[in-house]
Amino acid sequence: MNLIKPCLFQLSFWLRLAALFSLLLLGGCADNWGWYVVSPATETGRQNLAFLIDGLYYTMALSVTAISISICLGLIVALPGLSARRTPKTINRVFVELVRAIPILVLILWVYYGLPQVAGISISVFWAGVLALAISDSAFQAEIFRAGIQSIDRGQYEAAQSISLNYRNTMRYVILPQAIKRILPALGNQLVYMLKMSSLVSVIGMQELTRRANELVVTEYRPLEIYTILVLEYLVVILIVSAGVRWLERRLDTS
Amino acid sequence: MTRSSDKPFIQIQSVSKHFGQFCALDSVSLDIELGQKLVICGPSGSGKSTLIRCINRLEIHEKGKIFIDGKIVDGSPAGQDVLRNNVGMVFQQFNLFPHLTILENLMLGPVRARQLPESEARDLAMQYLERVRIPEQLDKYPAQLSGGQQQRVAIARALCMMPKIMLFDEPTSALDPEMIAEVLDVIEELADSGMTMICVTHEMGFARQVADMMLFMDHGKIVETGPPKTFFTAPKSDRCKLFLSQILRH
Repeated sequence: MNLIKPCLFQLSFWLRLAALFSLLLLGGCADNWGWYVVSPATETGRQNLAFLIDGLYYTMALSVTAISISICLGLIVALPGLSARRTPKTINRVFVELVRAIPILVLILWVYYGLPQVAGISISVFWAGVLALAISDSAFQAEIFRAGIQSIDRGQYEAAQSISLNYRNTMRYVILPQAIKRILPALGNQLVYMLKMSSLVSVIGMQELTRRANELVVTEYRPLEIYTILVLEYLVVILIVSAGVRWLERRLDTS
Repeated sequence: MTRSSDKPFIQIQSVSKHFGQFCALDSVSLDIELGQKLVICGPSGSGKSTLIRCINRLEIHEKGKIFIDGKIVDGSPAGQDVLRNNVGMVFQQFNLFPHLTILENLMLGPVRARQLPESEARDLAMQYLERVRIPEQLDKYPAQLSGGQQQRVAIARALCMMPKIMLFDEPTSALDPEMIAEVLDVIEELADSGMTMICVTHEMGFARQVADMMLFMDHGKIVETGPPKTFFTAPKSDRCKLFLSQILRH
């Protein structure tokens, strides 16, 4: 819980949150709101709230798994892009351009409905979602890594070469630790982006935040309140994640 | 020290290098024996840095051949091996690894490239840190040290690979004036201990002290060579005379 701490101490965070809630309360006074569906004061309200918030587990699991895979994949794709030779460079360009051209939603549908037929495998909703998100994000990760690595001074490579480090060790011990420090803000943005994009996996039935909200709307007929809660859920999660990334940046900065 | 051939330790045979249209090295030939201390001077753009960077294959020469210890340096595995085992380099901009502590900077090469156990690498690092007179800074990061200290760490880092020859590429040009002496002292000590070295520098007082051969370059060519005594007092070429009179005027 160390991660949230710094943001919880920041006044601006609470001010922003307070402003939001007061807006909602103002709205809540109007006739067309029916907060009872998600009111913590009633038994059904509590059940509905719990049902909605439970989706957080899958949203987080999806995003975190997908971004871990996409970071590894992105690095693998980025390295040939830094080569001086033509073929590896072309492979990198083709992958990045192709993947960036496919909408995430389309990729999710294709991986879930198409891939099992093409590859003759069965794939769960969760892993289909993870795979689609990871592939689509890896193209962006690759570009981030490439820029980060290219920003490292040439003298660092020369120094590594002069103490006989091979390519792998140069990358692992000299270049990447410095590059990652520089691209951390961009990686943080990608994580936030991923959290938001994970909502698209609801279309193939993943029980994450958005899917749960949709299902509750169907039974309760109160889209306004339920989707408002959904907005708040994403907002809180993403504000916390952003604060965590900023904290990590500051920590890396001092060392 | 074992030698696998009786030829000069480093042989540079008509090496040329262009950067686009610019000719940085124009068919340069040079032999260096073990134990020799060679100081290269010359105006900027004359090819001095390019020459020593070619020896270390940081620049890849287009024509000619470079042999170290009788083996050709051409990017082949054998050529890379001979570089790895023999040549250390110190850069103008230090090029320390900013994310590692001083000790880690020194241990990285021995541990990762030489597969030395960490404890041995640490002893080795401490030994050389003492030699460059900053053993107390081992846990600091490069940015916390002065320029002179950083350059001394860079020298220690190169020495930890136990090279037979050290290349210095303007080691004091990026330093504040009051820090030049501490770095030159360390290099001088190293020279006295018998290390073979090639040093590109504008510090002529230091050159006179340390060099057993001076080398003047201009427009990618070696214009004049000679022992420091005759080089400084009676340069033969006009270009060298002019250069020395300009650099020694103050």
